[in-house]
Amino acid sequence: VPITYTSGEQVEVYRFSLPVTVGVPLLALFVQAFVPRRFPGFAVYLDLPLLVTIFFAMARRNPISGLFTGAVIGLLQDMLGGNQIGIYGIAKTVVGYLASSLGVKLDVENAGARLLLTLGFYLIHSAVYFTVAKGMVSLSQNWSWSRGVLAALANAFLGVILYFFLDKFKQRA
Amino acid sequence: MESVLGRYRNLVILVGVLFLQILGLAVQVKRSNDTENTRLIRVWAVDAITPFERVLIWAQNGTGNLWHNYVYLRGVRAENRQLKDQIEQLRLEQVRLNDDAAQAHRLQALLAFKEQFIAKTVAAQVIGSSGTDASRLLYIDKGENQHLKRDMAVITADGIVGKVLQVYPSVSQVLLINDQSSGVGTILEKSRLQGVLKGTANGQVALEGVMSDEQVSPGEAVLTSGGDQIFPKGLPVGTVTKVSTGKDLFLNIGIKPAVNLSKLEEVLVVVERQERQTTVQDVGRVRAADILAQRLPSVPDKPPSPTASAGAAAAGSAAAGAANAAAKPALKPEGKTQVGSTTAGSPVATPKVATPKVSAPKPAATAADQAASGTPKPDVQNGAQNGSPNMPPPKSAPAAGSATNAASGGAAGGAAPASKPTPDPATTQDSPH
Repeated sequence: VPITYTSGEQVEVYRFSLPVTVGVPLLALFVQAFVPRRFPGFAVYLDLPLLVTIFFAMARRNPISGLFTGAVIGLLQDMLGGNQIGIYGIAKTVVGYLASSLGVKLDVENAGARLLLTLGFYLIHSAVYFTVAKGMVSLSQNWSWSRGVLAALANAFLGVILYFFLDKFKQRA
Repeated sequence: MESVLGRYRNLVILVGVLFLQILGLAVQVKRSNDTENTRLIRVWAVDAITPFERVLIWAQNGTGNLWHNYVYLRGVRAENRQLKDQIEQLRLEQVRLNDDAAQAHRLQALLAFKEQFIAKTVAAQVIGSSGTDASRLLYIDKGENQHLKRDMAVITADGIVGKVLQVYPSVSQVLLINDQSSGVGTILEKSRLQGVLKGTANGQVALEGVMSDEQVSPGEAVLTSGGDQIFPKGLPVGTVTKVSTGKDLFLNIGIKPAVNLSKLEEVLVVVERQERQTTVQDVGRVRAADILAQRLPSVPDKPPSPTASAGAAAAGSAAAGAANAAAKPALKPEGKTQVGSTTAGSPVATPKVATPKVSAPKPAATAADQAASGTPKPDVQNGAQNGSPNMPPPKSAPAAGSATNAASGGAAGGAAPASKPTPDPATTQDSPH
């Protein structure tokens, strides 16, 4: 019997309707592309597609579903950028897998846990992205811990609020 | 084996998906050096996202226009009055600048400069961005349907923005100058040093390729050099903010872009450029005073004297060279020398030099008279031939005066009646005397 930190009720698996499954990631991508036009700092510090990936992965609690969600959202995000397609795809695939794997073991309904998990996942995402971009594609990247932590905190707080609203779309599987 | 795969099914799938993406990435990296076409998948993604952005922009602009144009008109009357005053001031300024521009055109014509013109631009609205700080891109609402092509320059009234990277039917992707993969040929306005403007990883802009023993001071303006074949020469790029010694032999020069790249709303895409040589016909308007001055009878000409040449020399430093030319009529002038003396504003000696034997491309007097009077000359060679010894030689001193006026920036002054212009060899045959 696997040792988990969740009760039987907490490991409830959720599913989402098709419009939510398709619409929410697309909306996140749209906002991510549109808002920096007026607020350039948005793109520097916030990553809505990542938050949506984490939410879906944690709610479904299925690693395969989580990694595919991350891969699709990441690849779409890559397509809107000018760099090679796949960098965000790889980073979000890893995050999607980890989030859904942890979702099975941890209580991810709690706001505090969500805050910490999102913070950690953002840093993991940044690290994977940095590694792939620098090591494989040879993009010039500057790693800044202060900026990374600040962005992680910003995403974590936004994530908690966002998850609260997205919880409304959950359906018990 | 099956049990292992079954036990680690999730992990295997994860590795498989990651492997596929890495493979795809590797293929792209390998091909990125070639001339690649736009990938269909990228076209689909852009087509899926941009219509929403267009609709939102349209609604946003509509609401904004309704509010600003019909509702919120407070202070418009005062602003209107202020703008009218400003227009009056600008008109005065324009008159002065027109004269300067006309003079510059004349000098360009004399030097056989080739000018680049922005012949046609397409105004476009910024509708989105890449959404990441890893690639600094913009999406604009014009594309193939508006005849946009890759590598077209994108500018605003303040300066350059970037270049068109990808073109879709109704949308285009613009690579900003602060992107890492961007590069712009630039020149420093005062020191005339050339370098390449590159974007940095943190979205700043730096000038590369300037040697560390060169003097570059903060505040100096940076312009496009035209060397990249994308941006026309002379467009504002930005200003130097900081200069420090780099690792190698080059300076680290930080640049503040002339355009606020983070708050762009409308841009212009240069869809057509023209290059043409400045011709004499391009020279500014012919003034009535010039025409009148040419038709007035002139004082009979005096034989050439050293004092006249000396007087001309006093009018401009290069006139001395022209006096030498007068002293040596047999000297065959070279093109470059002629041009040099022409720009110095020495119209004196060459009519005497310009015998039919001399096949000078542009006699200095003819050219400088043009500069002074602003009158187009139909044929320089004819002018040289008309300046034969049979013709009465033109007066020296007034001609020098008129040329001096022109050379000193007083193009309008060059036509002043006091200059009593010397009939130009080219136009002498048309004059009453």
